[in-house]
Amino acid sequence: MEETIKIKRMSEHLEAGTAPEILFWVGCAGSYDARAQKVAVSISKILTALDIEFAILGDEESCTGDPARRAGNEFLFQMQALQNIEVLNGYSIKKILTICPHCFNTLKNEYPALGGNYDVVHHSQYLQELIDQGKLKVEGGEFKGKKLTYHDSCYLGRVNKVYEAPRKVLQALDADLVELKRCRTKGLCCGAGGAQMYKEDEPGDKRINTERVEEILESGAKVVAANCPFCLTMLGDGIKAEEKQEEIMVYDISELIVQSNNW
Amino acid sequence: MSIQQIAFFLVLAVVSYVAFKRYSRLRRNILLGKKEVEFEKDSSKRWSNVLLVAFGQKKMFKNFIPAILHFFIYAAFVITQIELIEIIVDGLFGTHRFFAPSLGGFYTFIISFIEILSALALVATVIFLWRRNMLKIPRFKKPEMKGWPTKDANLILIGELLLLTGICCMNGADMVLQDMNAAHFHQTGNFAITGWLGPALFGGMSESALIAVERFGWWLHILTVFGFIIYLTYSKHLHILLAFPNVFYARIKSRGEMTNMPEIMNEVKSMMGLIPEAEVSADMTEELPSFGAKDVFDLEWRTVLNAYTCTECGRCTAECPANLTGKKLSPRKILMDIRDRAEEIGDNIDSGKVEMVDGVYDDGKSLFDYITKEEIYACTACNACVEACPVMIDPLAPILELRRSDILNESAGPKEWLPMFNSIEQVGAVWQMPDARDKWTEQLEKKD
Repeated sequence: MEETIKIKRMSEHLEAGTAPEILFWVGCAGSYDARAQKVAVSISKILTALDIEFAILGDEESCTGDPARRAGNEFLFQMQALQNIEVLNGYSIKKILTICPHCFNTLKNEYPALGGNYDVVHHSQYLQELIDQGKLKVEGGEFKGKKLTYHDSCYLGRVNKVYEAPRKVLQALDADLVELKRCRTKGLCCGAGGAQMYKEDEPGDKRINTERVEEILESGAKVVAANCPFCLTMLGDGIKAEEKQEEIMVYDISELIVQSNNW
Repeated sequence: MSIQQIAFFLVLAVVSYVAFKRYSRLRRNILLGKKEVEFEKDSSKRWSNVLLVAFGQKKMFKNFIPAILHFFIYAAFVITQIELIEIIVDGLFGTHRFFAPSLGGFYTFIISFIEILSALALVATVIFLWRRNMLKIPRFKKPEMKGWPTKDANLILIGELLLLTGICCMNGADMVLQDMNAAHFHQTGNFAITGWLGPALFGGMSESALIAVERFGWWLHILTVFGFIIYLTYSKHLHILLAFPNVFYARIKSRGEMTNMPEIMNEVKSMMGLIPEAEVSADMTEELPSFGAKDVFDLEWRTVLNAYTCTECGRCTAECPANLTGKKLSPRKILMDIRDRAEEIGDNIDSGKVEMVDGVYDDGKSLFDYITKEEIYACTACNACVEACPVMIDPLAPILELRRSDILNESAGPKEWLPMFNSIEQVGAVWQMPDARDKWTEQLEKKD
């Protein structure tokens, strides 16, 4: 993409007295993790290419509190959540787009009890909508006929029962989509959930991401599509541990679209 | 009144008394859990779950062969209840096949139907015994299944065989006695299975021997049923009764929503000045509040119901990513531990070993004497166990409540989490980074 993209902050909209179509909730991973930043960049490119007015909170955004809550630290969760709700309600936010199923789940399912009610979409759902509406056209080409598989994240799949949207987006790539042995309701966790991302594994025989990567190797897929920044890290690490990083690529579904369209 | 009637009456009275005691105790134990449970008042959804998941066994059918075999035993169990009514009537009034004369051909049909289901149940029972003992199915061989749980499972299957033997003797001998036009054995027409199996097994025996076989079968059947009713309360097999209320009371909210803790929410709200401090419940200052679950009393009562409903099938553990990779966590064991702890508390209360002081029970132990920290901190909160359970048990809820207790009351937990907690608190991100949160946008602002 040639031109420079300037992403608006909500504070700028407030000053100008305007409102964006959608708030892009970047999340801690999208903001700080080098790998996940690329997903934030991809989504921004897609939204810009389609002329969708969006904004971010910038430094007014803060962790949703999901890892704190699942670790058992309810105090910290409540502090984060109530603070975020203050900010979101302050801007009268209606619709939120997330690139992380954990942010998605917490904003969608846990904030209402605390006074935060928003229409929250995960980017896989949003991309599917855009494709269905004919707004987003996927050129194909790049992944045509390539063996591609999809890893269900727990918090998009099993927890929020979104199984089809990401698959429909992937179908638009014209790739040879193969399913992993454990998929949809039986999808195997990458090992990061429940705040495992921030601690060492408990004693065991192997790492959970290794178990998942072995299944990916079995599938023969050359590209793994994910929908969660933590799955990206875990699967990427697992593939590196098997020394297969030259053969198997792990991408977020938004990155696949950007690559396919050469944006 | 015949001696058999008197015997039956006595047995029935004793069984009723013991069953009443045992089931009252069970109810009391389940209600050791917290009564304040947030219920979504969506009874149509609840009843549809009872219909589809409990009666329809929808979640069992993810795996067809075990599901169909299990269904045979289940159907035989449900339909045999009809016959049981007659057995009790006959036992009390000294009649023989009380409903046969009035129902006529329909009676033959019902009994035949029961016999066919019983035969299918026999096949399933034998396969289950073989599967559990001869096949090396990982979920049946986990550490928590050593000893009593495996014996318990086998005893139930053997009980099932006794029951079927009883029905076979009872009906089989009856068929031959009817052919001999023996007194009191009215003609019912041939039953589907014992109609030919009876003569094949017992044909040629004397009338008195046949009557003995018939009585033996009748008593074996009813005594096994009575024994079973009592035995259930000591075993893992309560799911045949509790699956229904368990499914009814199961949470229907999104799995993604952890139970909110209003006391903490209000405390934080008042800290942030969102609500006046007076609105925060006064007892926060009176005594040190306890958060999460340390013991059975702190769990929602429906979690304790979950624990008593669990039949230890291990479908949760078989799907658990932590367990699959050799970690100590097994969702099934968490539920077994909760049940065992509730049993221990119940026993101590009943025997007077531990006295409740001001409604507070303290024997110096807690759930943490059963469940290790290593187990609860191996969980990825992936919900695979929740998805896997055929009777809608939620093993994740108690795991997260135990974490809350450990973190909020003891400030314990994995030490690696401290930097994460601190970072969220100080900079609002899970990692402590020097950069601004929106620095990533510069990647878009630079020309390619």
